[in-house]
Amino acid sequence: MAEVLLDNVTRRFGGIAAVRELSLHIGDGEFVVLLGPTGAGKTTTLRLVAGLERADAGRILIGGHDVTRLEPAARDVAFVFQQYSLYPHLSVFDNLAFPLRSPARRLPEPEVRERVTRTAELLRISSKLDSKATRLSGGEMQRVAIGRALVRQPAIFLMDEPLSSLDAKLRAELRIELKRIHEVLGATILYVTHDQIEAMTMANRIGVLREGELVQIGSAQHIYEEPSNLYVATRLGSPPINLLPAGVLPVPDAPAGTRTIGVRSEHLRIGKANGAAVQGVVTRIEHLGDQNHLHLTVADHRLVTLIEAHADLAVGERVDLALARPLCFDAAGVRLGGS
Amino acid sequence: MSGRTGAHSVVEPSPLTRRIAGALVICYALIAIVPLLWIFVTGFKTPPDSIAYPPKMMFTPSLEGYVNLFTTRSRQSPEYMASLPPAETWYDRLARSRNMVIAGPSKYGQRFVNSLVVAFGSTILAVSLGTLTAYAFSRFRVPLADDLMFFILSTRMMPPIAVAIPIYLMYRSLGLSDTWLGMILLYTAVNVSLAVWLMKGFIDEIPREYEEAALIDGYTRLQAFYKVVLPQAATGIAATAIFCLIFAWNEYAFAALLTSGNAQTAPPFIPTIIGEGGLDWPAVAAGASLFLLPIVVFTVILRKHLLRGITFGAVRK
Ligand SMILES: Nc1ncnc2c1ncn2[C@@H]1O[C@H](COP(=O)(O)OP(=O)(O)OP(=O)(O)O)[C@@H](O)[C@H]1O
Ligand SMILES: [Mg+2]
Repeated sequence: MAEVLLDNVTRRFGGIAAVRELSLHIGDGEFVVLLGPTGAGKTTTLRLVAGLERADAGRILIGGHDVTRLEPAARDVAFVFQQYSLYPHLSVFDNLAFPLRSPARRLPEPEVRERVTRTAELLRISSKLDSKATRLSGGEMQRVAIGRALVRQPAIFLMDEPLSSLDAKLRAELRIELKRIHEVLGATILYVTHDQIEAMTMANRIGVLREGELVQIGSAQHIYEEPSNLYVATRLGSPPINLLPAGVLPVPDAPAGTRTIGVRSEHLRIGKANGAAVQGVVTRIEHLGDQNHLHLTVADHRLVTLIEAHADLAVGERVDLALARPLCFDAAGVRLGGS
Repeated sequence: MSGRTGAHSVVEPSPLTRRIAGALVICYALIAIVPLLWIFVTGFKTPPDSIAYPPKMMFTPSLEGYVNLFTTRSRQSPEYMASLPPAETWYDRLARSRNMVIAGPSKYGQRFVNSLVVAFGSTILAVSLGTLTAYAFSRFRVPLADDLMFFILSTRMMPPIAVAIPIYLMYRSLGLSDTWLGMILLYTAVNVSLAVWLMKGFIDEIPREYEEAALIDGYTRLQAFYKVVLPQAATGIAATAIFCLIFAWNEYAFAALLTSGNAQTAPPFIPTIIGEGGLDWPAVAAGASLFLLPIVVFTVILRKHLLRGITFGAVRK
């Protein structure tokens, strides 16, 4: 395991920069998640670290060594691909053993056997070791794909949306599994997703990407509570943050220049109509089981917020609204008054 | 997930459709196979049976055609025949019943070997070159790639025989006429463009991630090609090899022009059998039947690869 440093890295395809002047430090043993919408440059960033793309500018250091010009084989990274493909002509065992039998890092066969067996147990695919890779279910394939990275002990694991093809239950299981593996192995991991739950639950730090640029990086809590701008604020939170023009709801001590107010559930106080200055109308209640989504209209603006499952509200009812320390943004979308 | 759609298509053909389709396929198969059967059967007739009119459907099978194919014989006077010691083998006896004695082996065996060497040699060469070239075009940024691919294809835009005279002259001055090497190079040159184009299609279908994973795992580009790309291109390689082999095996015009005593292949040789001792259709038919065999065997061996289809089922989509 080692620390990894990206120093002002740029990668262009034709005219457009898929990754633009990206600087990122991943500490030894750290789990960093890159979050961003499709096309933001997440995969390209991982491929740059792996050496599958050459940086047009900037440097990449792994464990203190400049690897910018090195071949992938010389970089000691492991990669779980987004569109992962197992080798269809090999069995699960041979797929898992493939990295350990490479000429560059060949291990003695008994050790290969031992490591493959151990990894298969970890991922609960032991019973499938003799199957053809093509005979597996999607979830099993994905676990084999992750296993192909875990059999090695590379400087860094690069994972490109490894859980995106799995059903919710398996995803939740593997999320915990990966986090456990991270803790047990002390692995350095750079992980890409656009699933905010994965990002929130696994990351030591989350980096938010937009059009090839790193917009903000910090702990999950920091990114959630102190987004540096509107873009970051809309990436996290469920239901998504509500954006209202300043003035719709009164904000005590709003900073000068506030144009947009970001309102999350925890910023909103809802009470039975009792003559407050601002009132909203309940337009819809969505039941999610353990909690509800409450849809409100305030002066022609719609708000969606979480309420507890048994809140005593009905559609059409008027409610009192008040804000507590919401997020304020200026005309350019930059957060104001943040800490 | 691809490849997991199970046995049923959305629109199952009706029994009537199936029957009509089946009947059409059988009709076509009959039309295609009757000439072959005719040749095959004629190989086991005697020369009089083979030219009997109306054609004989029932006849006593004879190996005379095959004997004549593999031997040279001379016609002798009855006195001479009578003076010979009794025939020792069944084929001697067969020849003598026609007032002939066997003088020695014919050239068919040797011509057959020439065909095998030239056809398989050029196929191996064309498929190897084609696969490597296609890989390069598929994976690397080749300057003017599209123009080069078009240029490669353009070598097939006229019939190869159109350049027969320059090739004839060139081969004569290079000493390649009537040699294995000359014929292998020639057929390779004709086939390589087909091989490049076919293999490019197949290799484009193999996701790059396979090799990229291997590169990251510590394999070199060449090792990744060998360990990952080749096994998955097996279907394409088999199909391409069959196309190349069929062309090289059946090629007549260049073989007739450029080969004679030494490296002559079977196609120009077979028609010459007919001249040796009357209209010997059974010998010609026997020669043609045996000539079909290698292609049939080769196709049957590779059938599994051809039918297996594309097994990229392990790609997560
Ligand atoms: N090989 C390539 N050639 C040309 N453009 C590319 C190439 N690879 C990526 N791009 C472009 O770079 C940008 C970033 O792509 P990238 O694959 O890194 O996005 P991503 O964040 O991983 O998206 P997704 O969530 O859809 O996987 C996109 O606009 C993409 O079209
Ligand atoms: Mg991606």
